[in-house]
Amino acid sequence: MSRARAALLVCALWCAGSLPAHAATAVDTPVDPLNSPSWQYMRQRFLGKDPMVFDARVQVQMPSAAEDQMQVPVHVSAPGLTDVVDVLVFADLNPLPKILRYQPTSAAPDIGFRFKVEQSTPVRAAMRTRDGVWHVGGAWLRASGGGCTAPSVGTGQGFWQDRLGEISARLWPQQPGLERLRLRMIHPMDTGLAAGIPVFHIDRIDMRASDGRLLASLQTYEPVSENPVISVDLQHSGPVRIDAHDIQGNRFAATVTP
Amino acid sequence: MAVAHAANDYRLGAQAVADGVYVFSGRNEHFTRDNGGNIVNTGFIVGTDAVIVIDTGPSLQYGEQQRKAIAAITRVPVRQVYVTHQHPDHYLGDAAYADASIAALPATISAIQTQGNALADNLYRLVGGWMAGTQSQSPTSTATPGVVEIGGRKLRLIGTAGHTAGDLMVYDEASRTLFAGDLVFHDRAPTTPNADLLQWLNALDQIRQIDFKVLVPGHGAVVRDASAIEQTRDYLQWLSTSLHTAAEQGRDMVEVMNQPLPERFQKLAVHDEEYRRSVSHLYPAIELTTLPRR
Ligand SMILES: [Zn+2]
Repeated sequence: MSRARAALLVCALWCAGSLPAHAATAVDTPVDPLNSPSWQYMRQRFLGKDPMVFDARVQVQMPSAAEDQMQVPVHVSAPGLTDVVDVLVFADLNPLPKILRYQPTSAAPDIGFRFKVEQSTPVRAAMRTRDGVWHVGGAWLRASGGGCTAPSVGTGQGFWQDRLGEISARLWPQQPGLERLRLRMIHPMDTGLAAGIPVFHIDRIDMRASDGRLLASLQTYEPVSENPVISVDLQHSGPVRIDAHDIQGNRFAATVTP
Repeated sequence: MAVAHAANDYRLGAQAVADGVYVFSGRNEHFTRDNGGNIVNTGFIVGTDAVIVIDTGPSLQYGEQQRKAIAAITRVPVRQVYVTHQHPDHYLGDAAYADASIAALPATISAIQTQGNALADNLYRLVGGWMAGTQSQSPTSTATPGVVEIGGRKLRLIGTAGHTAGDLMVYDEASRTLFAGDLVFHDRAPTTPNADLLQWLNALDQIRQIDFKVLVPGHGAVVRDASAIEQTRDYLQWLSTSLHTAAEQGRDMVEVMNQPLPERFQKLAVHDEEYRRSVSHLYPAIELTTLPRR
């Protein structure tokens, strides 16, 4: 898909974003603190008619400007918000807005990762609590163009072909019952937006205790950066099993011991 | 374009720092539309029948205005230009010296050939119209480390690396002036987009051994002692140690960016932005050393 096509996609979002003035009457819509042109569309697409509030406890931390548009670091957290069952991270104005989805079954609703950004955009985290309400926070990211439509570095070098899915990881016990897992997987994470390079990305990473109990589950989408590096905080002590796969059905697994 | 020329005046004034040695001082800022990219120090050395220019600034217009400012001081023609390294604020004025030899280290030349256009585009986005007519061009010859004599001035060319893959320093033996390029910053946080911190620290050790009277840093005020070397060294050492420590503690990149800088670095211009940029540049490789393969 060409850059022009990607630009069209962005434009389509803009147009859709300006549409729902009437749709807004159907759902009670609080005013978007980030004043994004496509917030209404994002809300309908990702949250549907679910109840939602903007909640300052939901934090999206990142540099205000992208230094490397292929690798923008983001850390999402929600100090003071409990009972989070689902976390969705998206960038309104990216050609492919949905970045990741995270179910912290036995984990804090915190996740660190990097993503590819195409242009300046709000980056949001929506966290659904057990009562069914989405809590939404976010921030603007300044960027000047070109993270999503460029091919991955590894694709150009054929680097990943021998090492696809290789997992490097480590656990850092924080306090009893809480440990940080950091992992890096080798994968091109191609968006399908670069000319001649089909979409190819990891789409699921499950983290389990050694008895198979699910601790957290992560779905990653096209914008997650090449060779993803992920940080999560698990309510767990002891080894963690990582089970992942990509959209072509390749399976990757590893066990990490503290 | 004529209008753009008239509007964009860098107001370059040469400052004499030693006998026949002059510096144009840039501001300790980031690139902005206000400063037109003039955040860099450039300079020149006047010989009997040749002027040697060290770095040509961020744009064609800078190079042209630099050349005019040199002509206002001496009628000796510019014969030789040295480009200290690949960063766009140091060499994009080269086109103003089409009739002179323009030399750089081989690593600098190859970086300019592969990344120069992208760097120039990026600078265009940041400073706008000041860049009119500017194009990245490759230096015309290779600088060979060692002693050369140009226009009766004995110069020592010192080839190092660390700030980038090729960092050239020019030392004028008569005045004991060292043009250190971006290996030395002064009261401004160092930039690291192409840095290798270990190499850089080694290069600073090498600079400590040089018997200079005047040191011209790439950014920040000219000094006559080792203070700017020590300041750069202190910052880079701290940066390296704190990034390795953070990675060893399992910190995520954004958490590392949010760490406050020690008070002694708070006085460095643009420390906040540069520190965060440095985390972007350097942390990915450092954190990998703490993540064993499973
Ligand atoms: Zn530099």
